[in-house]
Amino acid sequence: MTEVVHAKQSRERANAGTARVAAIHTEADGVVSLVLTDPAGGRLPDWAPGAHIDLVLPNGCTRQYSLCGDRWDARSYRVGVLREPASRGGSAYVHETLREGELVGLGGPRNNFPLVPARRYLFVAGGIGITPLLPMIAQADLLEADWSLLYGGRTRKSMAFLDELARYGERVRIAPQDEVGLLDLPRFLGEPREDTKVYACGPGPLLDAIAVTTSGWPRQAVRTERFTARDRAAGVRDTSFELTLARSGRTVVVGPDQTVLEAVASTGVDVLSSCRQGTCGTCETTVLAGRPDHRDSILDDDEQQAGDCMFPCVSRALGDRLVLDL
Amino acid sequence: MTTLLSAPTIDADPFCDEVLADPIPLQRALREAGPVVHLSTYDILAFARYEQVHAALVDWQGFQSGAGVGLANFRKEPPWRPPSLLLEADPPRHDAPRRVLQKILSPRALRTLREKWLADAEALVDEVLGDRSGTVEIDAVPELTESFPLRVFPDAVGIPAQGRENLLPYGDHLFNSFGPHNHLIEAGEPRAGELLAWTTAQCRREVLAAGGFGADIWAAADRGDILPEQAPLIVRSLLSAGVDTTVHGLSALLHAFATHPGQWARLRADPALARVAFDEAVRWESPVQVFFRTATRDIEIGGRTVPDGHKILMFLGAANRDERRWGAGADRFDLGRDPSGHVGFGMGIHQCVGQHVARLEAEALLTALARRVEHLEPAAPPRRHLNNTLRSWESLPLRARIA
Ligand code: FES
Repeated sequence: MTEVVHAKQSRERANAGTARVAAIHTEADGVVSLVLTDPAGGRLPDWAPGAHIDLVLPNGCTRQYSLCGDRWDARSYRVGVLREPASRGGSAYVHETLREGELVGLGGPRNNFPLVPARRYLFVAGGIGITPLLPMIAQADLLEADWSLLYGGRTRKSMAFLDELARYGERVRIAPQDEVGLLDLPRFLGEPREDTKVYACGPGPLLDAIAVTTSGWPRQAVRTERFTARDRAAGVRDTSFELTLARSGRTVVVGPDQTVLEAVASTGVDVLSSCRQGTCGTCETTVLAGRPDHRDSILDDDEQQAGDCMFPCVSRALGDRLVLDL
Repeated sequence: MTTLLSAPTIDADPFCDEVLADPIPLQRALREAGPVVHLSTYDILAFARYEQVHAALVDWQGFQSGAGVGLANFRKEPPWRPPSLLLEADPPRHDAPRRVLQKILSPRALRTLREKWLADAEALVDEVLGDRSGTVEIDAVPELTESFPLRVFPDAVGIPAQGRENLLPYGDHLFNSFGPHNHLIEAGEPRAGELLAWTTAQCRREVLAAGGFGADIWAAADRGDILPEQAPLIVRSLLSAGVDTTVHGLSALLHAFATHPGQWARLRADPALARVAFDEAVRWESPVQVFFRTATRDIEIGGRTVPDGHKILMFLGAANRDERRWGAGADRFDLGRDPSGHVGFGMGIHQCVGQHVARLEAEALLTALARRVEHLEPAAPPRRHLNNTLRSWESLPLRARIA
């Protein structure tokens, strides 16, 4: 026999991981940027260049976008969104339907593409691939590293953030395809050097070309990220689901406005937590059944796929039921 | 500075011997004085309430660590050792070292150590208690709370057995160095150079055993995730921050149980409480009592402005007993409390990266003790060891009734 407890909903705040669309700006043909803030005006979780967030759109689509704002501003995130020609509801929704003031679900930030220390950086961006590189460039500049950027796109008008890059002068090379043709990677990258790291983000063909050009480089010197966001199953974070605590034999319904951690606590079972932001790892819990909807900043994408553990301070369930080892 | 003086002023020196021996009365006075207090002895602003301490800890943009987390301001004076890449660095320099260490010390990475540490703790407890029955008197500091971390942690890092006795005095001096230049610092100075040299020597690649945390850090350098010259400094962070703090956390834990006998019975009835117990002890005694930050601009907090470049002093121990956050029983060690959110490990991007290691050590030792000991009580008054940063112990005589 299990005992079903309907946990009290916490009133002070909306969902863990909800953001307000504070502003939408047109950045180029087919590119908008979203400025996201905490609905209560608080700090958003910390991040570092290369990090992305999961955005859960009001239509249920979950998409990943690189953060491209200023991490010294703790109260807003910025992401750039390209309208994909073959959009299945993510970018088309952002471009056509999403309005300033609306609420969206937020997961992460997570970082699979961190900026590692180096004396010299070569950045290569293709199209919207510029977004994760923008904050990297800002930091390389701050650290007075020797860096340069080669930025390609179809046409100058389709390339976002050119005005922001203008202040770096000579270090930035803008190379629209209709003006100069394909990027001259061999010339830009040159010979491998001990002190150099290459960071590149863009469409598959560009990254393939970089792989060919740098085949003689040490593997760890070249770091790339494909911007085509991996689709994830639609999140159900905003609806209730049933949570079973296997060891204590309790079942509780996790309401839409409550974290799993709060729901567990309402059954009288203790889970130690600390940051309550999915960053410290204190509340790590083993998942016995069901698929977690990961919202933490700790697990990398592969670890998230494994689905064998979760951080109940922020993460939820993708399905109707989750069983935890508690 | 009108902004400084407009806060309520307290004249007490938080680093004088009486306060270090018993900081609780000053903590209470600071919390009562207001959200922001002016400490006239050092002409700095201080926070002792949970709300402001928490807010300052998470605001790395406004309160930097790179100018030193002690009283010394690295903007104006050179540090006594090369600054830590973790504790005494801000983003972006802080990012890569933190990221590497966080992965190596994550709960998932520690799973492989769990069984071994549980067995090690049982072996140690058996050595200390022997096959005696009835009542046994021990000094918990040398026999358990120092010996257990020194038994398992340096092995986990991968340093050689020889010279491990240097770890405690090195850590003691390091944590003293965050305070003012008082007699505690002076007492440590004659050996400081030698201890720093020994510690630095343990951080070299060829010294560190394969499979340990230290070798993992060097492997991260091979992967290009950090620069090779950063690796020894990151290993040094483990050796600096990973021993004394845990030793005093464990002492606090046993002191808490000895002075709250009902809680020991509760733990014996439900050994799963061991994890919560350690965090409750860290809240209750706060092994790291204080840390400083430096304002990066004029920044408002608690209704006052901290001027750019000024040091602030955060009383972590006081915040962890703030009744505004923990309720009327804040001074009690209580396993029924949820200690989550205490700032004993800090909070935000500098939150103790070794906290999962410390929790595992505590869980192992406590589980082993709870199995064999029916009742714990003080055998004599404990003796404090004074340190500018740590709530620290020299001796903790306990009487244990064997089950
Ligand atoms: S409490 Fe920090 S990850 Fe959940």
